[in-house]
Amino acid sequence: MTQTVSAPALEMRGITKRYPGVVANDHIDLQVKPGEIHALLGENGAGKSTLMNILYGLAAPDEGEIHLDGSPVRISGPSDAIARGISMVHQHFMLVPVLSVADNILLGEETMANPIFLDRNEAHRRIVELGERFGFEIDPEVKVGSLSVGWQQRVEILKALYREARILVLDEPTAVLTPQETKEIFEVLRRLAAEGHSIIFISHKLYEVLEIADRITVIRRGKVVGSRIPSETDEDDLAALMVGRNVQLVVDRGESHPAEPNLVVSGLTVSDDRGHVAVKGVSFDVRAGEIFGIAGVAGNGQDELVEALTGLRRPTSGTVELGGKIVTGAGPRALQRAGMSFVPGDRHRFGLVLGFPLEDNLVLTQYDEPPYSRGLLRNDAAIRERASQAISEFDIRTPSATVATSTLSGGNQQKAVVAREFTRDLTALVLDQPTRGLDVGSIEFIHRQVIAKRDAGAAILLVSAELDEVMEMSDRIAVMYRGEIVALVDGPTAQREEIGLLMATGRREEAALVAATTSMAADAPVIDHSEAPAPAPRQPPAPDEPDPGEPAEPDTGDRS
Amino acid sequence: MSVVRRIWSLSVIPLASIVLALLVGSILIIASSPASQGSLDFFLPIRAYESLFEGATGLSFLNIEDDGVLAFGLSVDVERALRALTSTIVAAAPLILTGLAVGVGFKAGLFNIGGTGQVLVGGFFAALAGAAVADQPVPVAVTLAVLAGAFGGALYGFIPGALKAFTGAHEVVVTIMLNSLAAFAIVGLVNDVFKIPGPTFARTGNIGNAALPILFGRDGSLGVLIALAIVPIAYFLIYRTTLGFEIRTVGANPSAARYAGMSPRWLIVFTLSLCGLFAGLAGTIEILTLGYYPAVFGTTIGFAGITVALLGRSHPFGILFAGILLGGMRAGAPAMQIQADIPIEIIDVIQGLILLFLAAELVIRRLLRIRGESVTPGELQSVSRSYGEGSA
Repeated sequence: MTQTVSAPALEMRGITKRYPGVVANDHIDLQVKPGEIHALLGENGAGKSTLMNILYGLAAPDEGEIHLDGSPVRISGPSDAIARGISMVHQHFMLVPVLSVADNILLGEETMANPIFLDRNEAHRRIVELGERFGFEIDPEVKVGSLSVGWQQRVEILKALYREARILVLDEPTAVLTPQETKEIFEVLRRLAAEGHSIIFISHKLYEVLEIADRITVIRRGKVVGSRIPSETDEDDLAALMVGRNVQLVVDRGESHPAEPNLVVSGLTVSDDRGHVAVKGVSFDVRAGEIFGIAGVAGNGQDELVEALTGLRRPTSGTVELGGKIVTGAGPRALQRAGMSFVPGDRHRFGLVLGFPLEDNLVLTQYDEPPYSRGLLRNDAAIRERASQAISEFDIRTPSATVATSTLSGGNQQKAVVAREFTRDLTALVLDQPTRGLDVGSIEFIHRQVIAKRDAGAAILLVSAELDEVMEMSDRIAVMYRGEIVALVDGPTAQREEIGLLMATGRREEAALVAATTSMAADAPVIDHSEAPAPAPRQPPAPDEPDPGEPAEPDTGDRS
Repeated sequence: MSVVRRIWSLSVIPLASIVLALLVGSILIIASSPASQGSLDFFLPIRAYESLFEGATGLSFLNIEDDGVLAFGLSVDVERALRALTSTIVAAAPLILTGLAVGVGFKAGLFNIGGTGQVLVGGFFAALAGAAVADQPVPVAVTLAVLAGAFGGALYGFIPGALKAFTGAHEVVVTIMLNSLAAFAIVGLVNDVFKIPGPTFARTGNIGNAALPILFGRDGSLGVLIALAIVPIAYFLIYRTTLGFEIRTVGANPSAARYAGMSPRWLIVFTLSLCGLFAGLAGTIEILTLGYYPAVFGTTIGFAGITVALLGRSHPFGILFAGILLGGMRAGAPAMQIQADIPIEIIDVIQGLILLFLAAELVIRRLLRIRGESVTPGELQSVSRSYGEGSA
């Protein structure tokens, strides 16, 4: 109350943090005003996380100072940060699934009726009140494990509000959300800001930042390289700032010259793990030299379709033809031999063995072919030579070919998969979410490689939940809805509103929209639920948001 | 340089586990000293471990004067040292093989607790084959008996492998049950079917010429050579062949293995059969040294293989060292019992403590301030793997 209007809620001045060999933060200045949504934008490894760890007391800065409401503070640890009103919502939620919402919120911040017993009534009252105030009523007794991802995130935010946080740090909050959930969480954030909370929003998704932020600070290699107001900038400008050069957000795809159909799918029906039909008699063909995109909200049968095409799942009926030969039900190796490559959507589960050296992963699907094998033996020399070639050709940033693949950044891991799968002469190439979770520089690089493969005559099937990616890359686009292809449109002339509508409803009419958006959020067990997930404004349900569906669970294949 | 570092980072936890196990063991020895020595004896652990070391290596670095004062001084008796080292390597040979039987399984993400059963079946097959070819020339008899033992073990590894691959039955549960099945079934068979008339106790026929020839020392038999030869073979298989790459891939990430065109099912069956073969050879060496299969044949080498594998970080050469270490303890234990009056069972306690500390890697790292990459060794992930995963 006493502070002057100009005093920022948070000011970080000249923050410098050095780690052996790198300067993670190099004299970073950051000012966040009360009621401001401040986006922190930067590529993976730019220094965003280090800065936030310093703010949260997890790391001590080597230089620089932090001011809260105008007065200098030293933050000694997370509990100190929380006591000072700073809260962090992590990308991976820190919730106990078997406990109720109330118990999760009380954990570590117990409201006591007396020295022995919790004051549950008071806690309930406050939780309900906070929920009402910010527009997300929630039953405090619901088990967190039964909530959808979007609602779990709201519980995390509630947790912060319960601790009377005034500064909220959200670390890539939308990475695990569906487009609809993203919209809803943005509403919540706007209300928080309107109430005077300051929000630091970390992301590397440009359009999101432009939509939600009041101010954008861009960090590159540990330095602040610019600060922008959304109305005075655009995606190209931000991308150039972030990467340090002009980035072609939309790769020039040139002209395609489709030839004979290399991959012909007819009447393909596939069941999911529980035996339910996930793909219902789908037919299409992908021609040599074209990119055939499949758009759709995640979970509409794309995973099962891709698995059936790549030999990981046996279709129940229908046929697949590759290069003129029937290959229905063939295993991954037979398909690889027949000229098919596959970049899997979950690189941690399928694409890589994270514990292996990078060089082994670079030949994971070719280890048994000459020159990487000689009879029954591995040819380590050839593998090493191939690795150094792939590393330079695909610009994989790694200290050496023998480091464990898990130590590489996500972008470099994906480049390793692409380097491996793009190497051979291909009849067909199946790409499942090829740029999921990558920063703009890596996306541009991979898109260029895809175009090159297309021009070399491969038939490319591109499945992506990012409508932007499908629209930018594809020559033809099929929309999948509930296991069926509901429409086939020409890529270059496709209208995103039309495709967004098809993705959400399976139909082209506008009227179907409201019903569909409501049903999309229907899985959240929330009191007074018919009103809660407010139907989105009358526009397509933001099909451009990436990464809907389940959060990628890294390492499932490795350790569970 | 980096190789040295890598070896250090892999072996620091096993070494620390051994040291800590010996320390905790010494507390037990001190605590038990009033019973054996009449009063608390704080130097008893030193004398105990010294005599253990002496029994295992023949080297003595302590002299105990008449007045009970300890004096340091290395004394070497070459003949005694050779004898002690021979008994160490003889005791180590089957442990190395059962260690491989567990360690190679870990590489494929399989926890083979069936070492005991595979040892018994391997030994039983070797005994029956040996008795059948007892009159053949030595090379023929030995070869056939060893091959039969290896086959028996492999067969007994194949069963849980096939059950896991095709029904999803978890290998831990299946191999534990197969251990009991083997033990009781063989007792019954020896008592009723294969019992020979004559001896005062039930046993199978003499193996005659199939007995493993003694190559050096009093008891340094061909079995030592077999075990030592298997180690580099296993290393070569796992790290130098495409098949070994497949085994390691299935162990590290079964989904990625499938994606890469490998067949997890076939690899599970193959690897568990191979594990069984190694354990079966261990049993073969035991029986072809003993000369027959007695109805009452208890052995701990199957389970000791788990400690050997974990101590050796599932690497064939690590398993070689771990096997020699535990073999040395077994070989030296009688000397310790005689010289320091410590019950031989303390060796089993120390072995158990080593396993405990290995499993508690995180605790050790905290305790000794060891920095390192992995919190859970890859091998232990196999232990905690969920049911039927490899059946996909």
